[in-house]
Amino acid sequence: MSVAPGLQPESWHLLSLLEQAPGLQALGDTLADLADEGHPVVVGTADLKYSNGLVRFQDRHPDKYLQFGISEQHMVSTAAGLATTGLRPYVATFASFMALLACEQIRTDVAYTRQPVRLIGHHAGITLGFYGTSHHATEDLAITRSIAGLTVIAPADTAALAAALRASVDHPGPIYFRIGRGRDPDVYPAGTTLEIGKAVEHRTGSDLTLIATGSMVHPALGVAAALTADGYDVGVLDMHTVKPLDEDAVLKAARRSRLLMTVEEHNVLGGLGGAVAELISEHGVPVRLHRHGIRDQYSLIGPPTHLYRHYRLDAAGVEAEARDLLRTQGR
Amino acid sequence: MTAQTPAGPADRELIEHIEERAQFARLETVRLISIAKTGHYASGFSCAEILATLYYGVMRLRRGEPDWPDRDRFLFGKGHAAATLYPLLADWDFFDAAELDEYTRLGNAFGDHPDMTRIPGIDFSSGSLGHALSTGTGMALGGRLQGRPYTTFVLLGDGELHEGQIWEAALGAAHHGLGRLVAIVDRNDHSLDGRIDGVTGIEPLLDKWRAFGWQTHEVDGHDVSALLPLLRSLAEDTGRDRPAVVVANTVKGKGISYMESEFGWHLGWLAERDEANALAELRGAR
Repeated sequence: MSVAPGLQPESWHLLSLLEQAPGLQALGDTLADLADEGHPVVVGTADLKYSNGLVRFQDRHPDKYLQFGISEQHMVSTAAGLATTGLRPYVATFASFMALLACEQIRTDVAYTRQPVRLIGHHAGITLGFYGTSHHATEDLAITRSIAGLTVIAPADTAALAAALRASVDHPGPIYFRIGRGRDPDVYPAGTTLEIGKAVEHRTGSDLTLIATGSMVHPALGVAAALTADGYDVGVLDMHTVKPLDEDAVLKAARRSRLLMTVEEHNVLGGLGGAVAELISEHGVPVRLHRHGIRDQYSLIGPPTHLYRHYRLDAAGVEAEARDLLRTQGR
Repeated sequence: MTAQTPAGPADRELIEHIEERAQFARLETVRLISIAKTGHYASGFSCAEILATLYYGVMRLRRGEPDWPDRDRFLFGKGHAAATLYPLLADWDFFDAAELDEYTRLGNAFGDHPDMTRIPGIDFSSGSLGHALSTGTGMALGGRLQGRPYTTFVLLGDGELHEGQIWEAALGAAHHGLGRLVAIVDRNDHSLDGRIDGVTGIEPLLDKWRAFGWQTHEVDGHDVSALLPLLRSLAEDTGRDRPAVVVANTVKGKGISYMESEFGWHLGWLAERDEANALAELRGAR
């Protein structure tokens, strides 16, 4: 797409947004690489190829790219039909539409039939800021977690997304990828690998372990560093795979740490916090758990960075939340 | 466009065979539902000839090879009529017919709606109305992308057309020019709550499909001598640049006099005397 003469290139909204989103560029590029390597990848979206970066896949593999128009439910069901023919469909739309609008198609056509469809819910959480509650997705982890047979992955950054996509190619069964707006700061170096279902233990700690997923991994690491400097012993787990949960990693942290705090850009009900609460209570591990996230409410509208600050989901906010927890729970 | 080609003499024997298999499917439906104690009689009866024509006269299948990659696909949008399909799949040796004797019993694969993960020959699970034209679109796209020349047939109920996703798929399949996709609408004029035109009207139906970019056909859905040449011609027309729909005019409950006249038989069960009457009618018609 070119910009008309006389107009400023940087004012061309969607393209300039994509240029600022390495994570979304990586989505299209990694899938195109996988197709180059001979994997039977087909990619589709529902009228959002500039928003999610899949235009970059289309440029390289127009014959393996499917435009569905604004028909998310149809897209998900069609992907299930495609998968029966031996292809590996990756289909993407905003997380709110993927997990909520097409929820029943995911359950009935993709998961119940065990088809290897890869569902990509992008702009998850509150990343769509002032676009409003219709475009926020703070329920998608709870919904997708409760669908039997569906793997749920929320990579922390660009490199982790690329690694997760690579790890998904030969994964049996369906996967829901929860990603943000592609602007998460780097946690991992390019070329990192990721094992589905295996948490990344960044550090261990006896006072507190932060269990974070997706966009919250980066702030959690910063918080742990700050608290450590103050003499606390703080661990961090990157729980990129929310389902199946890495139970061993959670239980190990629960037995080592006095306090656990889950951090997620999601309702505290039913997502990562819910999963950890279910696990530790079933195992009777005597640890205090604090679930940090959106506290069962519809988020305000506003610029995303302002919302993160408001909901204590930026580094300063997560740190304040953690310090509150450490203070009220003693040393 | 309506099928005009009369069946040739060579097809006469085949037509009679298909008609016999349609009645067999109805008899089996009564038997299976008598095991479950409740089920969808009338929906299966309205499409018995359509199913039998597809499975004995049109679709390219290999006996005992339900996963043959080049087979024609069949998707049952109105999956609640699956009991009428299962006996035909057993006929193709996709599974042992004796498995149907435990229809719907705990742990059995065969239920009111078909499950592709447990029943060989079911090309896609169904039950939630409105999905199958999309999943069929995926199969047709997958065939085209991989150079496999099979035809994908999707049988839809007319009440099912109330679902919005059908029309998303109608747009999408036409947009992609899926000539190997054939939808068949079992227009039996009824859904659960009554006549379609009283529940939510869908007419003029052929005009709607035509406006969505589909090639349209209309046929008597119980007349095998009309169904067979029409469905064959659609399967053999490999040059078509758009999907085709066949609106098959049918009678809900076809074959059982008291079901044909009473829409309440959408879901039900037959007490002993009613079942005996039903079987007598079906056998008498053979």
